Amino acid sequence: MSKNVKNGLIWAFVGVMLAFMYIPIIILIVFSFTDAKALGVWEGFSFELYRDLFTNASILGAFKNSMILALVSALLATALGTTAAIGIFHMRKWKKSAANFVANITMENAEIVTGVTFMMFFLALRLPYGWVTLIIAHTMITTPYVILSVTPKLSQLNPNLYEAGLDLGASPMRSMFTVIIPQLIPGMISGFVMAFALSLDDFIVSKFVNGSVETIPVYLYNALAKRGADPTLRALSSLLFVVILAILVALNVVSAKRRKKT
Amino acid sequence: MENNVVQPQAESVVTVKNRRIRGIKRSAFSLPYLALSIIFVVVPLFIMVYYAFTDGFEGGMTGANFAHFFSRPNILAVLGKSLLVALLTTVICFLLAYPVALALSSPMLNKKFVLVMLFVLPMWINSLLRTYAVKIVLYLLNISNAWVSVTVGMVYDFFPFMLLPLYSVVSGMDKSLIEASQDLGASPIKTLFKVRLPLSMPGIVSGALMVFMPTVSTFAISDVLGDTSTYMFGNIINQWFANSGGWNIGSAYSFLLLILIAVTVFVANKITGGHTEVGGVL
Repeated sequence: MSKNVKNGLIWAFVGVMLAFMYIPIIILIVFSFTDAKALGVWEGFSFELYRDLFTNASILGAFKNSMILALVSALLATALGTTAAIGIFHMRKWKKSAANFVANITMENAEIVTGVTFMMFFLALRLPYGWVTLIIAHTMITTPYVILSVTPKLSQLNPNLYEAGLDLGASPMRSMFTVIIPQLIPGMISGFVMAFALSLDDFIVSKFVNGSVETIPVYLYNALAKRGADPTLRALSSLLFVVILAILVALNVVSAKRRKKT
Repeated sequence: MENNVVQPQAESVVTVKNRRIRGIKRSAFSLPYLALSIIFVVVPLFIMVYYAFTDGFEGGMTGANFAHFFSRPNILAVLGKSLLVALLTTVICFLLAYPVALALSSPMLNKKFVLVMLFVLPMWINSLLRTYAVKIVLYLLNISNAWVSVTVGMVYDFFPFMLLPLYSVVSGMDKSLIEASQDLGASPIKTLFKVRLPLSMPGIVSGALMVFMPTVSTFAISDVLGDTSTYMFGNIINQWFANSGGWNIGSAYSFLLLILIAVTVFVANKITGGHTEVGGVL
């Protein structure tokens, strides 16, 4: 087989696989521009679904809830995860393994099991389901990912800097906050972004502890699985697809450029 | 370490007190998170175990919740079917993703980072949205078989999770080993089976884990694409917890799922020697 034919085949294969991945998304977006009630029916071009979307109070409310929840829990997770990463990094032997084991529980456990354990625990605490339980649950499930993104930065640090801070008379707290933490900021930012994204994405855990607070994924789940999809969902889904893909492409382009510079 | 720090003006009791405060170890920084984890993650697991082993009405110790599981052939059939669909999904994902991983790390494409990105991006889109997109395509293709729909949905949803670890292990492979195999006269097929696949083992195992585990426990995909005949193990758990009388049996089922996960992760770690590969894209 000549090299050109081989390369052509590789391109064709990759192209076909990419088409498989993106065609469903494109079809969804196309059908968001027609206001037919039924799925997969074209009844002429219209912005009707988008107009519905921006006047639908429960979708707008769910969007606001999702944003607030993601922001608050990602901030908490970043604080907890960064301090935890520092602590675990300086642990030894069995303590380190035990701490890592605890941090891994929610990452490796099935989300549905995590969800139901939260639900039973909050009931035992007599804590009503709602904002507080959502924030606790989201913070606990996203913190391990912050630890994962901060830890590599810790191993790149010069180990003498912290002690230099102490030798120069700073307290451990001060040395930590003025010497160590500033150098961890890139890891903290990527941890924050990850926690934010995971919180926005979650519906399994949320669904068990949300009470009457509806987030976008919970709204989607209820609409798709229970209410029987209403057409507005096509506009909502298309919009989310485009916004998320745009953000991800932008993030990647920025980081690729930065990588080239260094 | 910090205890050895020489205090330039060490004199009074006050300084001694200060030193004790100053003497906190860096490992103590993890205490807030670990304490919260024990309260909000570990204790709830024990509560689940408690529910699983107690009677909902009288509160006494019982094994009835587990007996419930093992004595009902239809529920065992659900578990069997869940495992089968999960296995099928994992195998299909692997058969599709491995060639893609090889293609993406071929000399022609290995600088084309944007292609890898395009394959992995959908991972960050909510699986409900992707499932909804699949639903429309299945509708247009006139596919109405519930099992086919659910399997297609799962393959579509979890494909990137298989591809990412495979790509990271295949692209990091020492190319000279493959050249050596070819120089020694092995056919491409033989090189694939004797060199590439064995070397890809860590990626294969973690890819299989990342597809298999969520497939067994998911309930959303079959809620959206299937019907009651396509209930996965996750659907059964979800259903028991939907009414407050079912928490004990639901807990027993969750406990079994937890054990299944623990065993799978343990076996996977044994196979790869604790080195599961999860790549660094995004």
